[in-house]
Amino acid sequence: MDVAIAIVTGTVIAATPLLFAAMGELVVERSGVLNLGIEGMMLIGAVTAFSLSFAGYPAPVAVLAAVAAGAASSLLFGVLALTLLANQYAAGIALAILGGGLSGFLGRNFGAAPIEPVGPIHVPVLSEVPIIGPVLFGYDPMVYLALVLFGAVWWVLYRTRAGLVIRIIGENPQAAHDIGYKVIPIRYATVVFGGAMAGLGGAYLALAYTPLWVENMTSGRGWIALALVVFASWRPLRVLLGALLFGGVNILQFHAQSQGIGVPSEFLSALPYLATILVLVLISRNRRMQKVNFPASLAKPFRPGH
Amino acid sequence: MGKDPRGQGAFLAAAAAGCAGGAMTPRLELRGISKTFPGVVANDDVSLRVMPGEIHAVLGENGAGKSTLMKIIYGAMAADRGEIFWDGEPVRIPSPAAARQLGVGMVYQHFSLFESVSVAENIAVAVDEPFDLPALSARVRELSQRYGLPLDPGRLLGHLSVGERQRVEIVRCLLQHPRLLILDEPTSVLTPQAVKRLFETLRVVAAEGCSLLYISHKLEEIRALCDNATVLRRGAVAGGADPKVASSAELAALMTGAALPETRREPARPEPAPRLEVRSLNVTSEDPFGVPLRDVSFAVHPGEIVGIAGVSGNGQTELAALLSGERTVPDKDAIRLDGEPAAHLDAGARRDRGLAFVPEDRLGRGVVPLMSLRENAILTAHRLGMVRRGMLRRFKANAYAREVIERFNVRCTGAAATARSLSGGNLQKYIVGREIALSPRVLVVSQPTWGLDVAAAAAIRQALIDLSRRSAAVLVISEELDELFEICDRILVIYEGRLSASRERGETNVEEIGLLMAGMGADPGAGMGWVAGQAMNAGEAANAGVGST
Ligand SMILES: Nc1ncnc2c1ncn2[C@@H]1O[C@H](COP(=O)(O)OP(=O)(O)OP(=O)(O)O)[C@@H](O)[C@H]1O
Ligand SMILES: [Mg+2]
Repeated sequence: MDVAIAIVTGTVIAATPLLFAAMGELVVERSGVLNLGIEGMMLIGAVTAFSLSFAGYPAPVAVLAAVAAGAASSLLFGVLALTLLANQYAAGIALAILGGGLSGFLGRNFGAAPIEPVGPIHVPVLSEVPIIGPVLFGYDPMVYLALVLFGAVWWVLYRTRAGLVIRIIGENPQAAHDIGYKVIPIRYATVVFGGAMAGLGGAYLALAYTPLWVENMTSGRGWIALALVVFASWRPLRVLLGALLFGGVNILQFHAQSQGIGVPSEFLSALPYLATILVLVLISRNRRMQKVNFPASLAKPFRPGH
Repeated sequence: MGKDPRGQGAFLAAAAAGCAGGAMTPRLELRGISKTFPGVVANDDVSLRVMPGEIHAVLGENGAGKSTLMKIIYGAMAADRGEIFWDGEPVRIPSPAAARQLGVGMVYQHFSLFESVSVAENIAVAVDEPFDLPALSARVRELSQRYGLPLDPGRLLGHLSVGERQRVEIVRCLLQHPRLLILDEPTSVLTPQAVKRLFETLRVVAAEGCSLLYISHKLEEIRALCDNATVLRRGAVAGGADPKVASSAELAALMTGAALPETRREPARPEPAPRLEVRSLNVTSEDPFGVPLRDVSFAVHPGEIVGIAGVSGNGQTELAALLSGERTVPDKDAIRLDGEPAAHLDAGARRDRGLAFVPEDRLGRGVVPLMSLRENAILTAHRLGMVRRGMLRRFKANAYAREVIERFNVRCTGAAATARSLSGGNLQKYIVGREIALSPRVLVVSQPTWGLDVAAAAAIRQALIDLSRRSAAVLVISEELDELFEICDRILVIYEGRLSASRERGETNVEEIGLLMAGMGADPGAGMGWVAGQAMNAGEAANAGVGST
């Protein structure tokens, strides 16, 4: 029983940073912009959060700083891709590399010093209920924040005018421009939101998931978040599903590794990535749904015509 | 008239309308509007007045600058010079939202619609009011019924035919009770009955005091609807005219500065063996809202032009997709090219066999808007040796693009111009021209003269006739009956996915075909038992046939 509970909670915790980053990228891509730099923005968020926490600032301050740092780094991408109309693939990859290098440099003196991790919440009676308590009420606040943000993104995208405008700009920026929407500023807003969410994801890794500085501590989660969005056919619920799947397989393979079954550990470590992509590819085969949800202008530069 | 000092005719005519309407302040007045694009003067010192309740036509050849001028009024483009007065007050219109605030509504020539969202959502994004889809849907339903433009607000726009999409644009404007409504070629894809309905609507709207700026290349429509006309030629005002008095020929002469050529047509001498043959094609639509094709059979022989008439949304989209190879069916024999099974071949393989195709949806499937005309030529003409060992031969592509530009009189800055920078009609000329210039063995074309000015339309029609007489098989899918009667040798009608028997042009008339299009002709030939309508008139039936899903 305890193992089962540990697997469930471990799954949710491992899914959280992915959920932050992927929901941010989902909004960015829905507006027609492809920012490949999530990995870099997550690392920048992580190193920012870690250094503030290390310097003794309280966790909320560290988290907010990570959000700001993620947003600022995405702004760099925005200037390149939206104002200077640089190739979005190149600009995104540059950001990914920059984030890796910069975070490694800033984090070089932390050694293996631990910080005080963000702990689980405690709801008076509820947290003590067996099974339900730990599974529903035993996480740190950021897990709940991720879920709230997930719901908020879904709601904004599908239930508000702002979300509708983001989606139509992603499909046809020219027509949106013709009826009077300011495509470039709106895309800046989504890009910055994506950066802030990636920063949050990074902060979660540094403050809660592994409260210890390790270079490249995201270990590819930014790239997985990117793949999640695409293979989830740009649909929020599937992103959530994919994130949980990744988290679940990740925890299972940890358990398998610790049990010492006779499979090379490299293979086990790769398993969550493989399984997530495989499953999402299988469920996203329906081309009609793909077409409805695919932001048709994705990664194409847009210049308002005169 | 043509010797008028610039704009004078328009002023006088507009002033006269103002007196008739009883109000003396123009709703809209433009003074000296100019706009230059790199290499083209789109508007050159244009002045124009529209009185309250006036229906004012703006005429001109393809590329004369009509759409540019309308975009300036709607705030979607900024003029380089000139002033705009609204109800006598000088105004700046920096954005479409500002224009809507003043009470300007606009139906764009190229739809500003979004395929991946619903009809109601398409309307919501261009209506400046609180976001409440259910309430909006109810109003859309009510308004579209009242104006005879049936629409289902819940449908995904991507599932609508071009004609239905245009209705969305129109309803979207009417919903905001505009004081000036700009319509840039709104009828280019509507049926005659739907046009009649629209005109009734527009007259009501005008009688309520709304001014209309109306652009169309169909001079008969302009004569039927408009009070005044301003003619643009190469960006400048060439003069004004009273369309109720001037004849179509006079208007055309004012637009182009020359008289229209007559269509030349030798009698068809179709060869006995069919080149394109369709045999009992039964397919359900891939689109859940689409129209299934039921037992569709026909043949097109080399040397003739066959027309398929029908109100849009009766299976034309599905038929076109099947003929082009965009969609294939497992039953190889359902479609035959030169007697060989072809229904299983994809679009590329069919093109290899000499089939050329002009799709209904030009900007989406006809061209890549941000690519140059030269690159767009390669997309379908690469079979003429523009690609060797995988390498593009730009010289050949360039020559081909230039040939199309010259032969079909496409107004643009050259083969390097992006497709998007062309005016609507010039882009149309380029796409149709690109396919005709391939000298295909079979040409399937949807709405060949959509948005073309009279001279350009005549040239394309002539080119289609000439192509068929050089023993190509030509199939034209169109809603424009006059056009079909002008160029086709035989006409069939598609209605709810079924095809009528074929009729020789000389043995039928517009009325009979019109009734069949409304699903009301008795058609013993095909044994379909379309019963003659009860109390319905043709217009109602036609409308009911389209948007009732
Ligand atoms: N964005 C643009 N960039 C460059 N040139 C343009 C652009 N938009 C229009 N033009 C040019 O301006 C001229 C006028 O175009 P416009 O679209 O106003 O013509 P139009 O009268 O509406 O023609 P049509 O009847 O074919 O729609 C054309 O020569 C066109 O190529
Ligand atoms: Mg135009």
